[in-house]
Amino acid sequence: MKAQRVVWGETLAELAASDDRVVVLDGDLATSTRSDLVATAVPDAFVQVGIAEQNMVGMAVGLSTLGYRPWLSTFGVFLTNRALDQIRMLVSQTRAPVRVAAAYSGLLNGSAGKTHQDIEDFAIMRAMPYMTVLAPADEFEAEAVFRWAAEFDGPLYVRVARDPVAPVFDESYAFEPGTPRLLTEGGDVTIVSTGVQTSRTAEAVRLLAERGVSATHVHLPTLKPLDVDAFLGLVGDASLVVTVEEHSRIGGLGGLVSEILAERGGPRLVRVGLEDRWSESAPNDFLLDKYGLSPERVADAVAQQLAAV
Amino acid sequence: MTATTSRPSPEELAAVARRARWRIIETVTSSKAGHIGGPLSATDLLVALYFAELDIDPADPKKTDRDRFILSKGHSAIGLYSVLALRGYFPEEELATFDHGDSRLQGHPDMLLTPGVDASTGSLGQGLAFGAGIALGAKKLGRDFHTWVMVGDGEIEEGMVWETVLSAPRFGLDNLTLIIDLNGLQQYGWPAGPDDRFDRSEPVGHVDLERVFTGFGWNALSIDGHDFDAILGAFDRVTDDRGVSGRPTVIIANTRKGRGISFTEGTYKWHNGVATDEQLDLARTELLGTTEDAR
Ligand SMILES: Cc1ncc(C[n+]2csc(CCOP(=O)(O)OP(=O)(O)O)c2C)c(N)n1
Repeated sequence: MKAQRVVWGETLAELAASDDRVVVLDGDLATSTRSDLVATAVPDAFVQVGIAEQNMVGMAVGLSTLGYRPWLSTFGVFLTNRALDQIRMLVSQTRAPVRVAAAYSGLLNGSAGKTHQDIEDFAIMRAMPYMTVLAPADEFEAEAVFRWAAEFDGPLYVRVARDPVAPVFDESYAFEPGTPRLLTEGGDVTIVSTGVQTSRTAEAVRLLAERGVSATHVHLPTLKPLDVDAFLGLVGDASLVVTVEEHSRIGGLGGLVSEILAERGGPRLVRVGLEDRWSESAPNDFLLDKYGLSPERVADAVAQQLAAV
Repeated sequence: MTATTSRPSPEELAAVARRARWRIIETVTSSKAGHIGGPLSATDLLVALYFAELDIDPADPKKTDRDRFILSKGHSAIGLYSVLALRGYFPEEELATFDHGDSRLQGHPDMLLTPGVDASTGSLGQGLAFGAGIALGAKKLGRDFHTWVMVGDGEIEEGMVWETVLSAPRFGLDNLTLIIDLNGLQQYGWPAGPDDRFDRSEPVGHVDLERVFTGFGWNALSIDGHDFDAILGAFDRVTDDRGVSGRPTVIIANTRKGRGISFTEGTYKWHNGVATDEQLDLARTELLGTTEDAR
């Protein structure tokens, strides 16, 4: 198992070596985000901007007007929240080909606590016009997404998780932007997940199968733009849809799916995600369990909802 | 605080600082999370503040006219917690819960949870404005306490710091003091010399901070941030200036990242990290002069 952040460093170093439009801007977190792999391999493609995220966004946009394809790399929260106005005005409104790579995204941030948890990013970035929003599930999808994004000609946001997760895909994986991925098929419930929470959700689906519950599991690597017809095709005539995400229950994947289902007059929907409160600093297992995102807690939540139907 | 007579001696402060440093490395190692280098560079300044300067009462952490302290470089939380514990805000044993679930001692300071913590920080660059707001409010209310803010030298790369630096003199905030923990290293920074231990360069090495702050209308003092006589002398000058110049003061404290432990001092690589058993033994001997468990 390889962490997405390591895949990030390795892939970007490789891309930078062969394409001199690639430039990675760092907010003094390269040893955490693993942009240091770019700094060591291709020093010319690495720009240390310092602890100055707003400055970093501005510089990236300036570089992009000269033909560069800049990547912003720091903790997600310092991009989506700290430099939000800069991303809004300078990246989204200019449609600059700037790639916002949100490291340490979600809840799991190496015990840094609530200040560093990026759990509103989907809600924020999804509402941002022209912004493509991506959340790969594992190391294989992450690499495919980074390679695809390198050629993309517009603003783009991608989550990069800190710690490794059990792979969902393998080397043969091919990324299709906007397309939902069907992981398992079953008749009792349709579960929709995104990002690395898909790995934990796949485990929840196995736990449910042991309890005699068969689930259709759909993974959305692209939250925006989404092929809505393909998504509805996978939802089919399910009577219960459950969304699962390492994000606030408000405005993220659950928000997206409820918007779609409400417009089409869809089935009952349950959103599993973080409650409307801040969390805390603690090891991963503790956080996942306490805040309801461990495979066991997800399986319990789904089983409970099925019993309530 | 004006009464300097009751101050502990530099030797007494140094002894407290050694114990605080031990608690820092011990706690981060057992919690397997947290920062080392930044807390250690700030320890002497924190000890001098909490044991010799601040008008505070650990038995009444929210005392109305207490002096305020804001650790803007919030990643140094364990440094603050260690000093707060030694000063009597909570039991030293509670440090062992640092960064565990359901703990009052969060990875970054949380003003809602920890006795003695006046400000929530962790996203760098925001503490000085917070402090300026407190200092302005104190002036408006006619309250006579002092507000202290500590930032890292990497942290002052954040633009927001300079918004406050520009505006604070306009408000006449001579009840506000900024301490810059100038340890010359941040987390990763810029490449410098070939020597592996010193292979990153100073965040603001190209900036003449005294001139910059003076130019913005501040009083500026440069000191050795590990020399208690110098630190207390600077604090006295701040006290003497209260109500006199109408200017906020910056204390530019020259420090060493990872100070006090041979293998952590002077390298960016111990910005964060977890010590091995052997390293922990060595640190214990260096700081406490014993390999006995210090608990
Ligand atoms: C806004 C923001 N950007 C980035 C970080 C991540 N970060 C934590 S500590 C640190 C380096 C701080 O360097 P400095 O201020 O010099 O502190 P010290 O050397 O005293 O640890 C960085 C980049 C953060 N906490 N907040």
